Amino acid sequence: MARYDRAITVFSPDGHLFQVEYALEAVRKGNAAVGVRGTDTVVLGVEKKSTVKLQDSRSVRKIVSLDDHIALACAGLKADARVLINKARIECQSHRLTVEDPVTVEYITRYIAGLQQKYTQSGGVRPFGLSTLIVGFDPYSGVPALYQTDPSGTFSAWKANATGRNSNSMREFLEKNYKETSGQETVKLAIRALLEVVESGGKNIEVAVMTKEGLRQLDEAEIDAIVAEIEAEKAAAEAAKKGPAAKET
Amino acid sequence: MECVFGMVGKGFALVVADTSAVNSILVHKSNEDKIMVLDSHKLMGASGEAGDRAQFTEYVQKNVALYQYRNGIPLTTKAAANFMRGELATALRKNPYMVNIVLAGHDKETGPSLYFIDYIATLHKVDKAAFGYGSYFALSMMDRHYHPNMTVDEAVKLADQCIEEIRSRLVVAPQNFVIKIVDKDGAREHSWRRTTKD
Repeated sequence: MARYDRAITVFSPDGHLFQVEYALEAVRKGNAAVGVRGTDTVVLGVEKKSTVKLQDSRSVRKIVSLDDHIALACAGLKADARVLINKARIECQSHRLTVEDPVTVEYITRYIAGLQQKYTQSGGVRPFGLSTLIVGFDPYSGVPALYQTDPSGTFSAWKANATGRNSNSMREFLEKNYKETSGQETVKLAIRALLEVVESGGKNIEVAVMTKEGLRQLDEAEIDAIVAEIEAEKAAAEAAKKGPAAKET
Repeated sequence: MECVFGMVGKGFALVVADTSAVNSILVHKSNEDKIMVLDSHKLMGASGEAGDRAQFTEYVQKNVALYQYRNGIPLTTKAAANFMRGELATALRKNPYMVNIVLAGHDKETGPSLYFIDYIATLHKVDKAAFGYGSYFALSMMDRHYHPNMTVDEAVKLADQCIEEIRSRLVVAPQNFVIKIVDKDGAREHSWRRTTKD
């Protein structure tokens, strides 16, 4: 096995591309990120490590804009992300320049996934160590969309998905609790999924909401308010479960 | 016979352009918008070869947008003007763009500004600028009547006087003009001056 993970252009005898799989390991160690699609909104949430006291947190934006109507969050190697994001931003403008129309979410996802795939089939390079969650609104149909790409270069559309640390628990939660929502309910669902694996609090998560009007980053106070709402709902649900005998005034 | 001119007023800048698209003796259309909104607070009035005009102005617009996504803040008017001049200069000795541009912008820190950029990559920061045959008349009128810190009404009145002069004295004067303005609230269309309906 050790001989088949040197150059990634080499398949192992049992059909594995080890470098790609190791890249997926890097993703699994990255920060948790979640995306949820609603009927008129699509939300991205990312875990923020709050242990760095001296860092100016404004310089670390984990949810970025690719264009007016497209945003991206990722899990994995952030330096690799910078390269992909830069190329994607150029492609968004280049598309507008050549065809006088904004990109669709599917187009730019296909572009990013294509880039990631190229680096699994070239000599002397390693794959990008990140999975992305791409959200946006189709500029023609106005339908919200959520896509995910991974280091192998595959991509697909999702109603809700998670990547990075503890993504399995988040995905399980989403599978159990997903339903068609809109507006604030979609935001709450995304934050609830994130809170399954992240310490509760506005300074530990970054949330951005994409509507037809564009991307809006929620500030700490807003997130804290929603978290408080969620905790209250959870407490109420717990109390109700205990039954009328234990119900409090 | 294209004409584009502009001036700076108190807290705003104005750009006026004719709206004719002409090929030899044929007028293709008389409602061609030659003043592109570069971003929320910049206007770019362009005249010259139609193909080059579209190609160059769209290229600049997309690059200005890209800068904003990459850096989180928009380019200043001065930076955009210098970027344009650089692109024109680079192409000059190979494959020149035959486009003349009046760039008007408003920045929060420095207020309104106007830049004269011609097709051989001349760049001047000015209070009033004009291109085309109409410039002979527009510049003369502005030299006579312009004063710093004009109000919007005064500036539009001066623009009207220039348009009147162009209409009466230029042998093949353009039929319609569009006036666009940029101030702290953004870049937008102000009004049209029509003699023909398209």
